[in-house]
Amino acid sequence: MKKLPRRINITLKIWRQQGPKSKGHFEVIPVKNVSVHMSFIELLDTVNEQLSLEGKDPIAFDNDCREGICGACGAVVDGRAHGPEKATTLCQLHMRKFSDGDTIVVEPFRARAFKVVKDLVVDRSALDKIIQAGGYISVNTGGSPDANALPIAQKMADKAMDAAACIGCGACVAACPSASAMLFVSGKVSQLALLPQGRPEAAKRAIGMVRAMDACGFGNCSNHRECENTCPKEISIVNIARLNREFLKASFISEE
Amino acid sequence: MQFDAKIPGGPLEGKWDRHRFELKLVNPANKRKFEIIVIGTGLAGSSASASLAELGYHVKTFCIQDSPRRAHSIAAQGGINAAKNYQNDGDSIWRLFYDTIKGGDFRSREANVYRLAQLSNNIIDHCVAQGIPFARDYGGLLDNRSFGGAQVSRTFYARGQTGQQLLLGAYGALMRQVAAGNVEMFPRREMLDLVVVNDQARGIVARNLITGEIESYAADAVILTSGGYGNIYYLSTNAESSNVGACLRAYKRGAVFANPCFTQIHPTCIPHTGDHQSKLTLMSESLRNDGRVWVPRNSGDIREPQDIPESDRLYFLEEKYPSFGNLVPRDVASRNAKEQCDAGRGVGLTRCAVYLDFSDAIQRDGKDVIAKKYGNLFEMYERITDETPYKRPMMIFPASHYTMGGLWVDYNLMSNIPGLFVLGEANFSDHGANRLGASALMQGLADGYFIIPYTIGGYFAGTPLAPVTTGHGAFNEAVQEGQTKLHKLMSIQGKRTVDNIFRELGKIMWEYCGMSRNAEGLEKASKLIQSLRGEFWENVLVPGTDKDFNKSLEKAQRLADSLEFAETMVVDAWTRNESCGSHFRTEFQTEDGEAKRDDENFCHVSVWKYQGEEERPAFHKEPLVFENVELSQRSYK
Repeated sequence: MKKLPRRINITLKIWRQQGPKSKGHFEVIPVKNVSVHMSFIELLDTVNEQLSLEGKDPIAFDNDCREGICGACGAVVDGRAHGPEKATTLCQLHMRKFSDGDTIVVEPFRARAFKVVKDLVVDRSALDKIIQAGGYISVNTGGSPDANALPIAQKMADKAMDAAACIGCGACVAACPSASAMLFVSGKVSQLALLPQGRPEAAKRAIGMVRAMDACGFGNCSNHRECENTCPKEISIVNIARLNREFLKASFISEE
Repeated sequence: MQFDAKIPGGPLEGKWDRHRFELKLVNPANKRKFEIIVIGTGLAGSSASASLAELGYHVKTFCIQDSPRRAHSIAAQGGINAAKNYQNDGDSIWRLFYDTIKGGDFRSREANVYRLAQLSNNIIDHCVAQGIPFARDYGGLLDNRSFGGAQVSRTFYARGQTGQQLLLGAYGALMRQVAAGNVEMFPRREMLDLVVVNDQARGIVARNLITGEIESYAADAVILTSGGYGNIYYLSTNAESSNVGACLRAYKRGAVFANPCFTQIHPTCIPHTGDHQSKLTLMSESLRNDGRVWVPRNSGDIREPQDIPESDRLYFLEEKYPSFGNLVPRDVASRNAKEQCDAGRGVGLTRCAVYLDFSDAIQRDGKDVIAKKYGNLFEMYERITDETPYKRPMMIFPASHYTMGGLWVDYNLMSNIPGLFVLGEANFSDHGANRLGASALMQGLADGYFIIPYTIGGYFAGTPLAPVTTGHGAFNEAVQEGQTKLHKLMSIQGKRTVDNIFRELGKIMWEYCGMSRNAEGLEKASKLIQSLRGEFWENVLVPGTDKDFNKSLEKAQRLADSLEFAETMVVDAWTRNESCGSHFRTEFQTEDGEAKRDDENFCHVSVWKYQGEEERPAFHKEPLVFENVELSQRSYK
C-alpha cells in the first residue's frame, strides 16, 4: 500500500517587480502544507491563490505546457536557472526535491538582453530575432523532392536531433556569467549544419545568427560551461565548438 | 438553414486536383495588396502564415505566448502519419483515408479526409527539406513506426518530440518571413472579438497582454488557428493558455459550431495526485506498441505490481480485443481503463490508474532497444512520478486531449462567415467522432501548408471586398464590448478564485460530458453549469487591474468563455442520441458494450448557431454522404 503524500513547509524569498522600469525587491512568503507531488509551478499557483484571497497581487510568471517542452517557464531558483534538478524545467521540478523548512530564493532570468516585464516574467523576444537572422532552411512550401531522395546517416540525424532539442527557454543565457546565447545559437546552427539540406546556407547562417546575437546585447562565450550544465534538454557545448568552426570557416573562406 | 460544404464533384481521387484547377487565381502582383490575419501559431497557424507570406500576401500573425514557438503543437510527441508506404507493408493513400474515416466512426466527410491522406505525403517531403531531424534507419532512409490502432507502419517521428520538431520547422519558416517583412508578428495578444463588416470577416480586436491595451486590426480575411477546447475539463493534456475564446467569439458573431461534443480522451496520461494538480501529462501512445496494459484481476488487490503473479493479472485489452490488443483506438482504450477502475480494479494512489508494463518488451528486445525508442518518455515519467518504468510498470489514466469538434468549415476551410477561415484543431473537418493517433500534426500542416494557400486565393479572386479600416464603427463597437466585459470581471471582487471555480466546471464536464454520457447526466450538467456561471459572475475574484500584465484576468476571461461554451457541448451530446467514436452514450451500446451508431438518424454533422446569451442555440444538420466507403461497425476484436 502506498504511503500518503508527504507534506512540507517552506519559505519563498521571491523577486517582485511591478514593471520594467520599477525597482524590484525580494518578498518573503511562508507556504505551509505543500504536497511533495506538486511541481514548482503548481506551488506558485497555490501561493497565488493564497495571495489573491488576501487581496494581494499574485506573482507574475510565464508558463504554458507544464510538461517541459514549450520553454515558457523559467526562473532562477536557489541560484540555478530552473532550479537544482539536472535536465529539468521549472514546471517539471517537483517539491519532493526540497526539504521541510527550506527557504527557497526565486528570481527572474537575468540578462541585459532579457528585460524584466513583471516579477518573474522576462522579455525573451531577442531569441526570436536571432532565429530570424537565419535559423531555418530557405525552402518555400511546395516543390520539395521525395523525402527519401536524400539519405542521411543515422548518426548524423541523431546528432542533429540532439542539437534540435532546444526549447528556447533562455536558461543558458541566465546561467552564463557573460549572459551569452551561444548554446542557443549553436543548437540551431549545428542542427542545420549537420544535415545536407542545411549546408547551402551554413556560412550565411552562422555569421547572421552570431551577428544578431551580438546586436541583441548578449555576451560572448567564456567557456564556463554553465549553459550545458543548466540546459533542461542537456544540449552539449560540443555544439558551441561546431558553431565556432562554422563561424570561422564562414568568416575566412565564404563569400558572405 | 443549409450549410453547403462545397464538395467538388467527380471521383474522390480527382476532387482536390479538379478543385485547385477550378479555383480562381490571384495575380502575383496583386497578392501583396491583401492583408490576412492569422490567430495562433501552432502547426496550422505557423505553416499558414509562412506559406501565405511566401506567396506574397501580407500577413499579421498573433499569438498568446511570448514567442510563436511555444504554441501547444510543440508538445505532440508520437509522430505524423503519411501514406508513403516506405515500409512496403500495404499502405496507400486509400488505406490512410479509409483508416481515418473508419477511426472517426464515419462522422467526417469523405472528400476532406481523402484530401488529407493525399497531402500527407507532401508534408513529409516539405518537412525533410526544412531540416526536420526525423528518425532514420541504418541505411539513412526515414524510419516509421506503427501507431495508435494502425496495422501498417506509416508514422514518421523525431524521437518523442515530433510536434516540437515540426513546429520549430514551421516557426523557422515563419521567422524567415518576419525577417523578409512579409509577416508582422504580434506575440502576447489575445483575440477578444472578430469584426464582421458587410457580412465578411474583416478584422479582430485583441488585448495586449502586457499593457492591457485593446487594439484593433483590419484585414481582408481572418484565419483562426487557435486550437481546441480540451481545457474545459480543467485537467487535460492541453497547455495552460489553450482556450476556446477565439472560436467562441467567432461563434457569437455568427460562425456556426460543428460537433462540439466530440472530444477525445487520451488513454495514456500520468494519473493525478491531488487537488493541486493543474494538468495531466500525456505519455505518447506509441508506448502502447510495446507496453502491456493490465490491472489486478481481483478488485481491491493492493499488492505491489511485482508481487502480483501472471494468473492474477487482467490484461483487459488483450483479452477483450485479441487482434488489436493494446493498440485499440484511443476511445476504446480509455473507456476500458475507466471501466476497470470503476469496477474497483484501479491501482495507484487514487485508485484511478491502470498499469502499462514494459517488462516483457525489455526481456524480449533488451533495455537498450526500449531505451532508444522510449528513453525520453521514461525519463519524463520518472521526473514526474519519481518511479522508473524500467523497473516498475507505468501507471496511466485517461485525460482530455483533443477536440474533434470545432467551427464548421466547408471544403475550402472557410466558415459560414465569408472571409473567416478555420484551420487545424479549431475546425471540425477531418477527424469525425474520433481522431487517430499521429493525425493531428498531419491535419494542422495539411491545412496550413497545402490547403489554405489555394483556397484563400479562390476567395479573394472571386469576392468583392470594400475597403475597411479600423476606423469603421464595427471595430469601435467590438472594443467597447470587450472593455465592458473586462471592467465587469474586475469589478466583481468576489470570494472565489478563478482556479477554484474552474476546477468545479472541470469536474462537472468530466463526470457528465466526458468519456461516457447519458441524458440524465447531461440534463444535470446543464443545470450545474448554469448555476456555476451565475456564481462566477457574482463571486469571482480577479486581483490587480486590467491595464497591466494580469494572468488572473486572462484566466478569468477564458473561464467565462468556457462556462458559456460548456453548455453548447452538453446540448450537442444530449441531442446526439447514438454512440459514435469518442461520443459514448451509455443508453446506446451493443451487447458487448461497444458504441452503437445510428446511421439512419445521425449520419450528419451537428451544426449549432448562436442565438444569444441564455438561449439554446439553433440546431442544423449537414448530412454526410458516403459514396466510396461502406459504413461498417467498428470492431477491434
